[in-house]
Amino acid sequence: MDLFEYQARDIFEKHGVPVLGGVVATTPEEARAGAQELGGGTVVVKAQVKTGGRGKAGGVKLAHSPEEAEQKAEEILGMDIKGHTVHRVMVAQGAKIAEEFYFSVLLDRSNRNYLAMCSVEGGMEIEQLAVERPEALAKVAVDPIVGIDEAKAAEIVETAGFADDLKAPVADVIQKLWTVFTAEDATLVEVNPLVRTSGGAIIALDGKVSLDDNASEVRHPDHEALEDKEAADPLEAKAKANGLNYVKLDGEVGIIGNGAGLVMSTLDVVAYAGEKHGDVKPANFLDIGGGANAKVMANGLDVILGDPQVKSVFVNVFGGITACDEVAKGIVGALEILGDEATKPLVVRLDGNNVDLGRSILREANHPLVTLAETMDGGADKAAELANA
Amino acid sequence: MSIYLNSDSKIIVQGITGGMGAKHTALMLDSGAQIVGGVNARKAGTTVEHKDHEGNDVTLPVFGTVKEAMAETGANVSVLFVPPAFTKDAAIEAIDAEMPLIVVITEGVPVQDSAEVWAYLQGKSTRMIGPNCPGIITPGESLAGITPHTITGKGPIGLVSKSGTLTYQMMYELKDLGFSTAIGIGGDPVIGTTHIDALEAFENDPETKAIVMIGEIGGDAEERAAAYISEHVTKPVVGYVAGFTAPEGKTMGHAGAIVSGSAGTAQAKKEALEAVGVKVGKTPSETASLMREILQAL
Repeated sequence: MDLFEYQARDIFEKHGVPVLGGVVATTPEEARAGAQELGGGTVVVKAQVKTGGRGKAGGVKLAHSPEEAEQKAEEILGMDIKGHTVHRVMVAQGAKIAEEFYFSVLLDRSNRNYLAMCSVEGGMEIEQLAVERPEALAKVAVDPIVGIDEAKAAEIVETAGFADDLKAPVADVIQKLWTVFTAEDATLVEVNPLVRTSGGAIIALDGKVSLDDNASEVRHPDHEALEDKEAADPLEAKAKANGLNYVKLDGEVGIIGNGAGLVMSTLDVVAYAGEKHGDVKPANFLDIGGGANAKVMANGLDVILGDPQVKSVFVNVFGGITACDEVAKGIVGALEILGDEATKPLVVRLDGNNVDLGRSILREANHPLVTLAETMDGGADKAAELANA
Repeated sequence: MSIYLNSDSKIIVQGITGGMGAKHTALMLDSGAQIVGGVNARKAGTTVEHKDHEGNDVTLPVFGTVKEAMAETGANVSVLFVPPAFTKDAAIEAIDAEMPLIVVITEGVPVQDSAEVWAYLQGKSTRMIGPNCPGIITPGESLAGITPHTITGKGPIGLVSKSGTLTYQMMYELKDLGFSTAIGIGGDPVIGTTHIDALEAFENDPETKAIVMIGEIGGDAEERAAAYISEHVTKPVVGYVAGFTAPEGKTMGHAGAIVSGSAGTAQAKKEALEAVGVKVGKTPSETASLMREILQAL
């Protein structure tokens, strides 16, 4: 889960990372009150969107009074920034910036450890810096067991080339950001810019944090409150409430399968088949997992049939541990539960464990909406054809 | 021959008394695998009842620690069916006991835990497969994990895959030919055994004549495997990559299956594999056909 800047700010503050005052607002009035709360002086009104480049898009504006903050918030709220509608702004205390730096620590998949990146040239997009002036970006591997201790923080600021008087204070902030990374089970903590104010303080001015969903599930019940529920697709929200692993896509063929890899593969096979049938595409990713009973199947079908774009559904199950007769009973049961709600044609491909029994259950049920397919490719083709009918 | 697992492998199950552990202990026994016991600190000294593949009663001892289980049974493989919150500690216990092979089936392990276990493993004697994986099967010999043993039998193909169900699908497509070993390495961002490890082992396994490598979106493991193949693998490799239609920024089921910007796309992986001479199928069935052609030509 990626956090908004204001959420990252709050988490930074919780772990002792120096930040400026900031108040989130969803209306211009709230923005005005927020500016007042911050002392009534100069503030920055910043669009809260989970994408970069908001400054260039006009999503960050300076305001010298609460009235002006209200006016700027009015301008920013509702803006579209790279396809993200601005629902909130953060009103942040102004600061006199003397220097801008960069720091991040992230999971490094390739090396199975963490990578700290730091530069005395902050503010600009880091991808750009990495390409144009790679020597200006210090990259330091972090051992997951040792972490960023005093020695590692010193190594990072040394490699990045901080001036001597800044090394200790920046290293101190870096260690606190490491605390954020571990205490919150993040996969990314990025501060850009990390600034030195004219008063000499080191402050995390803008933060980006990504949290590990597995860890949030296992040991951070408080992370649920950070979810952006309004932004979630309504079908995705419904699927999530039912414990289903569903991703909405832009297409006409609803997909249900078991196992993430097989479902991903099914999307691809349907997309290829769609090329021959009016370019129809898969409508979603839905993995019902191992135990496909009638209830799970009904919940899955219910979500997919709730997508008005869906014209046909392809159920592609390989019975590994799950027996195909159970899956077949699940489909028949689901269609009974859904009754008249089920209106779109279903192509079902079953293979593997107890496949003959599974197919015979579907044949006996002889449901008018259900077509049996012999192979994955054949089923994808049939489903694409039906979606294009 | 085979890789990592054979008929001599003696397997214990960490979490043998749990629902998943009990269910898959029964299925592993049914495959003919030598399951010799289990571990659960709170149920040490008790036993669990199962049937072997011939239908005979089997009484398996439950030990308090992995170390004790190894000392008493001579186990050299541990399969972990432990809830995600406790997986790190269970894995570290097995590593400390110098278990040669641990297979972590558990899904949903926090990635920092996996990274910590991986760091802890460095310089130690243990090989880890997983987490979030179906495990490993050497058909006709042994099974450490949840792969159905009934799909196919012994044969010349080695298989390595991030995905469980795609492994099953591919074994099914090629069931008349059979497999030396099929290994599911898991779809998490940090895993123990990689495509490259498995490729190296298959290259050195005389029984394996050709290799199927199944990848999916996310990370750069397939690209790295491609570089490895061009340098070190002489046996024919056929590839398949899932997730061409996956949009950027959406996790497709597996925690690691996500396209971030231009990184981790299926297209890039396919191109990297093809650039080193690996034939890549567009679909599982086409991949199976490519493998058939290769084996016929050998």
